[in-house]
Amino acid sequence: MAANSGTADEDVAARFAEEERKSLLRFITCGSVDDGKSTLIGRLLYESKTIFEDHWRTLTRDSARVGTRQGQIDFALLVDGLAAEREQGITIDVAYRFFSTHRRKFIVADTPGHEQYTRNMVTGASGADLAVVLIDARKGVLVQTRRHSFLVSLLGIRHVVLAVNKMDLVDFDEQRFNAIVDDYRAFATRIGLGDVTAIPLVAVDGDNIVERSTRMPWYQGPTLIQCLEQIDVESDVAHRPLRMPVQWVNRPNAEFRGFAGSIASGIARVGDAVRVLPSGRTTRIHRIVTADGDLQEASAGRAVTLTLEDEVDVSRGDVIAATDAAPESATQFQATIIWMHEEPLLPARSYLLKIGSVTANATMMPIRHRINVNTLEKLAAETLELNDIGVCELQVDRPVVFEPYADSRTLGGFILIDRMTFNTVGAGLLSFALRRAQNLHWQALDVTKPLRAALKGQKPAVLWLTGLSGAGKSTIANLVEKRLAAEGRHTYLLDGDNVRHGLNKDLGFTEQDRVENIRRVSEVARLMVDAGLIVLVSFISPFRAERGAARSLFGEGEFLEVFVDTSLAEAERRDVKGLYGKARRGELKNFTGIDSPYEVPEKPELRIDTQQVSAEQAADLIVEQMRRRGLLSAP
Amino acid sequence: MQGTVGKQSGWVTSVHVKQSTEVGNGFVPTLTHLQRLEAESIHIMREVVAECERPVMLYSIGKDSAVMLHLAIKAFYPAPPPFPLLHIDTTWKFRDMYAMRDRMAKEARMRLLVHTNQEGLARGVNPFSHGSQVHTTVMKTEALRQALDLHRFDAAFGGARRDEESSRAKERIFSFRTAEHRWDPKNQRPELWNLYNARHRPGESLRVFPISNWTESDVWQYIHQENIPIVPLYLAAKRPVVERDGMLIMVDDDRMPLHPGEVPQLRSVRFRTLGCYPLTAAIESEASTISEVIRETLQTRTSERSGRLIDHDTAASMEKKKQEGYF
Repeated sequence: MAANSGTADEDVAARFAEEERKSLLRFITCGSVDDGKSTLIGRLLYESKTIFEDHWRTLTRDSARVGTRQGQIDFALLVDGLAAEREQGITIDVAYRFFSTHRRKFIVADTPGHEQYTRNMVTGASGADLAVVLIDARKGVLVQTRRHSFLVSLLGIRHVVLAVNKMDLVDFDEQRFNAIVDDYRAFATRIGLGDVTAIPLVAVDGDNIVERSTRMPWYQGPTLIQCLEQIDVESDVAHRPLRMPVQWVNRPNAEFRGFAGSIASGIARVGDAVRVLPSGRTTRIHRIVTADGDLQEASAGRAVTLTLEDEVDVSRGDVIAATDAAPESATQFQATIIWMHEEPLLPARSYLLKIGSVTANATMMPIRHRINVNTLEKLAAETLELNDIGVCELQVDRPVVFEPYADSRTLGGFILIDRMTFNTVGAGLLSFALRRAQNLHWQALDVTKPLRAALKGQKPAVLWLTGLSGAGKSTIANLVEKRLAAEGRHTYLLDGDNVRHGLNKDLGFTEQDRVENIRRVSEVARLMVDAGLIVLVSFISPFRAERGAARSLFGEGEFLEVFVDTSLAEAERRDVKGLYGKARRGELKNFTGIDSPYEVPEKPELRIDTQQVSAEQAADLIVEQMRRRGLLSAP
Repeated sequence: MQGTVGKQSGWVTSVHVKQSTEVGNGFVPTLTHLQRLEAESIHIMREVVAECERPVMLYSIGKDSAVMLHLAIKAFYPAPPPFPLLHIDTTWKFRDMYAMRDRMAKEARMRLLVHTNQEGLARGVNPFSHGSQVHTTVMKTEALRQALDLHRFDAAFGGARRDEESSRAKERIFSFRTAEHRWDPKNQRPELWNLYNARHRPGESLRVFPISNWTESDVWQYIHQENIPIVPLYLAAKRPVVERDGMLIMVDDDRMPLHPGEVPQLRSVRFRTLGCYPLTAAIESEASTISEVIRETLQTRTSERSGRLIDHDTAASMEKKKQEGYF
């Protein structure tokens, strides 16, 4: 509103009408430390005339006092609002700033560059439509540039502006700019960031921010503001099927029972058939109640209160969904986890998981792998440390209605909360359900496990032999089985190499495949124990988490962990299959003991030191242990 | 001017549906900016009510509180908001504010709790003899902590916005407080998407800011669109003021000691924010309708908090006050 052209009412009406036409863009600035993120935002606020005079006076004063620009205006001080940030000249936490141009309103989250504060960057990125990734032209693409870009991609941000800053310090060199852009694009393509617009900038002077820089005539693309104003980020959530997580049940009196919530996707219309999940009951929308009167329909994004035609049981955590395209519910998932706390994620520990309006108890199952954000390599991991990103399986204690994160941020994104401190310790993105609780039910069987065991006159059990390759597991297992068979026991030996020839022949030796290898064998062993057999499992099974998961499938006293203990030096000296040699020559990756860890069992039922006892003696020890535990007496 | 200024005659902004895109056999309306903000705030309030045991809404009677209260009524309609309003009364508010407070609580069908630091009152703490800093600490920060402890509230809504001040720009929507009411700005809980972690141990609490993402302009636009009643002090009228340190201070009652030679003058003034009258500077203005105020506000080049004396006390003073338990 440049001047008062009419009455106040007319002017204000015109102004608000203009405001209503503007779309909103939420974006973040990210990248490594000192690439100039806060300076860029300060400059954007300045150029969009969003800085009030009194704030400008404070800025001028602070720039002289604590600024890092030798008394010149230090724009970063506009955003670094915490005392600790100003003292240290760094950004610790995300700052939200607001500005608008004639076309758009913007909410920008200035995120910290230090790896230490990655969780704050993730906080800012989770709500953004676009990311401005800054790069210092002198330094090029750094680890932190890749980390942030990876997180941007992971969180589902599809648009990236690559702002190559401080071009003045590389003499506005076009070749340098192109080299950085090529380098970045190569990485961006690998992580699925297709839409990258690269702009050369000097944030501190304003080059290519609003005005085209006269110092870089070779650059013909849009300025930063043009780019931010033009990028199309219209969401399609309103076009998807209806989902509304119920937040709160509104019961002011006996006559009214409304279900309050925010519509995550689709449109709610009076009369539409809906399904309440996870119960699966169907009914129709009776009313859409708001304080401004009933609505006939309400689309994604609105916070409404629905009443339903039938008396169905609905409570917080349920999801009201379109009947013809209802989401699934499940109790086991695969998810990508971003760990955000100093205390590492522990697979055995239970966490609170909040998704939509549900909070459930969640247990992490084996971590499939951790991702090196720099090389994108998948690495074996037993825990996730602060700022690690990994793929995990997790189990919740109640059915959770979900959609993959790629389809729904609301029903696919979750946080993990520590049960003791209640800190938010992790964030996760659901990929898919491992077991579809909705469609699968246990079939009740008349012939039971005790009955089958009684027929064989034995107690079913698992002998789980773990140890390094070449420790002698298979030799010992073979001898044990022979002894048990001689006693008339009905046994079966699952041997690592043999199972890989059949059931698991589709699996390789990546960490992910190894976890799956053990999972399948555990399940097969469980079926055999259910059938009444004594099962011998002879697998390296290097990770505690996997062995723990296997143990959890069996009843008390049914699972005997036997640690076949041989020093690495001894196993390598024997090298029966020549594998250690290959691993040492680098021909075999992720070989246990060489470049992949072996986690020694903490409390095995039996430890066999193969440097002290022979295979025959070891077999004797195991059979004796079984007898002592009552496994060889009649059931 | 005695009444309130909620119902404005004249034009109406009811441009709810900005644009539509065709889908299937119907149209999908795109939400307006204010509709989005409104929905976000309602979502936040419902989340607190669903997850916290004893929520309360801090009601300071200003325009941001007015918007917050209006949103609360919408969030829980047809039920009244299921929490009380709490006013921390320093006893130095403008008289118009007290009248507005009582009226609004009644209309909203909400219980109104008023808390004053009796100990501070007994010690005679006031903005004139103790200065703004001591007055604010004792009568606002300490009083707030007392009231929260007294009623064992575990979540308190506040009307702070991120565009107000640079330490507020850094704060989470669900902002965790220790049992001592302290805020640790260097170690805030991550806050992703619209998933809020409301968990806390006994004694710990949350300050929740449902209008964090609103700007001053959004607040005015919403007041205008929704006809939300606001205290008449926001509109210009002839009021008795004295000029001190370049600030215009209104003489709202006879407790205000006048300096030698100081004579209150009737000037046409209004307020951009409202606090304790001796600590809140007026601006000279002729804007006597909401539209005129908005027109002036949108053209102004100084921030609304520039009229708050308490913000100028020391560098980073807001952050410090917040750490101690101030809103």
